[in-house]
Amino acid sequence: MNRLVADAWRIARKDLAIERSSRVVGSQILPFGIVMLLLFAFGVDPELQVRGGERSILAEIAPGLFWITVLLALLLVSGRSFAVESDDGSLDALLVSGVHPGSILAGKTLVVAIQLALLEVVVGAGSMLLFGVRVDDPLHLLVVMLSTTVALAGAGTLLLAVVAGYSGRDTLGPLLVLPSMAPVLIGATAASGAALYGTGSDGAAWTWALVAFALLYGAAGIVSAGALLEDV
Amino acid sequence: MTTVEMPPARSVPEHTGSRLTRALGGAVLVTWTLWLLWGLVLSPADVVQHESVRLFYLHVPMAIMSSVTFSITLIGSIMVLRNGSVFWDLMAGVAAEIGVMFLGLVIATGAVWGKPTWGTYWEWDPRLTTAALMFLVYLGYLVIRRLDMDPVVRARRAAVFGIVAFINVPLTRFSVQIWNSLHQETTISLTDTQMDGAQLTSYALGMLAMATFLAWLLVHRFRVAWLEHAMDESGLEKLIRDRRAEGAANEPGGVR
Repeated sequence: MNRLVADAWRIARKDLAIERSSRVVGSQILPFGIVMLLLFAFGVDPELQVRGGERSILAEIAPGLFWITVLLALLLVSGRSFAVESDDGSLDALLVSGVHPGSILAGKTLVVAIQLALLEVVVGAGSMLLFGVRVDDPLHLLVVMLSTTVALAGAGTLLLAVVAGYSGRDTLGPLLVLPSMAPVLIGATAASGAALYGTGSDGAAWTWALVAFALLYGAAGIVSAGALLEDV
Repeated sequence: MTTVEMPPARSVPEHTGSRLTRALGGAVLVTWTLWLLWGLVLSPADVVQHESVRLFYLHVPMAIMSSVTFSITLIGSIMVLRNGSVFWDLMAGVAAEIGVMFLGLVIATGAVWGKPTWGTYWEWDPRLTTAALMFLVYLGYLVIRRLDMDPVVRARRAAVFGIVAFINVPLTRFSVQIWNSLHQETTISLTDTQMDGAQLTSYALGMLAMATFLAWLLVHRFRVAWLEHAMDESGLEKLIRDRRAEGAANEPGGVR
């Protein structure tokens, strides 16, 4: 168990070092989030008010837009996570060196989660500045963001590992990930709405569901990693 | 040049029929005839839903059967990961194919039913939306099964996705209870039945008709898949034998 965790941490540090040197997060992923915010403002009139002028329609639907942005970014981040390994055969080298496949998947999940968390900070701050979003319950929002990020990172890494090494992975990946992640998206939007504005009566239930999703996808990734990563 | 004989023709069946499938086919004919008779002729129109209630006798059994097939896919996927079973890999795949077909028909008949009842073919209702998502997820599963890669690797990857995909089945099933849905809640359960008389008979016959139809389809489609697998295997073996024979012939002193 200790070795599994230690190897996962080594894989995560290796991937973080790759990301730091490539600067893809700062130069591509974070700008992608800002572009999405601007596109939403172009697509939906920011002047439109709802709930008797209490807030703009963009602020009202911000939870959904926020998680759609994170979900789309997940495709970029997770896809890249496996591309750097499988394109030059370094995944084979890792497996031959005796690293448990579960450690590889767990390490990659951690790095994907860190990158998504960075994006969430930027997009969240942007939503508050540009859309006028306010937060009623910051602690609740933090739990929602943490559990959703782990669930998305776990599931995204797991599902994109299914098509790792396949030449058509860039087109097939979204077909597998996007509909599969719909339950997480629905739950994250409902729970975030409750944390932001206190709307909806089932925010707590959805928050628990998100924690369950995070544990489920994280465990599924570690358990099935051997079946997925051999012969990539 | 050395010639390699093909496996004897009698080792490959010429069709997928057997005594079992003929018995199942007979049961399908009988149950469908009775179901159509009760569902379309003998049972009365509903007080609220009028004639469109007859779609219910088709729509609900198909929805239940699609859940059954996806459960078979789940079991098959677990077995593939446990012991690499080819039988369960093929079974998981054919069950998902039939499940997707059933689910597509469920969505279509639901849309036809929705027009006179709700006034629209499609509503962004939780049950409809989760069912549509489930349809797309299992389409993705079928795409994985057709990826051009090593069959053993493909089977393992499809199995992992088959297990992850199953989360959609309970989500769709309980979506009516989780959200405030336009879709009606469960009409029939073991403890609470909101139908009686000819309506209940029509529904029960619909379940029986769909269950026998599913079993018949599953057996035939599985046998087709098994034959395809056997052909692929024998074709591969023949290619290997041919290459070995060519290699032997090209060696000094080999057969020319």
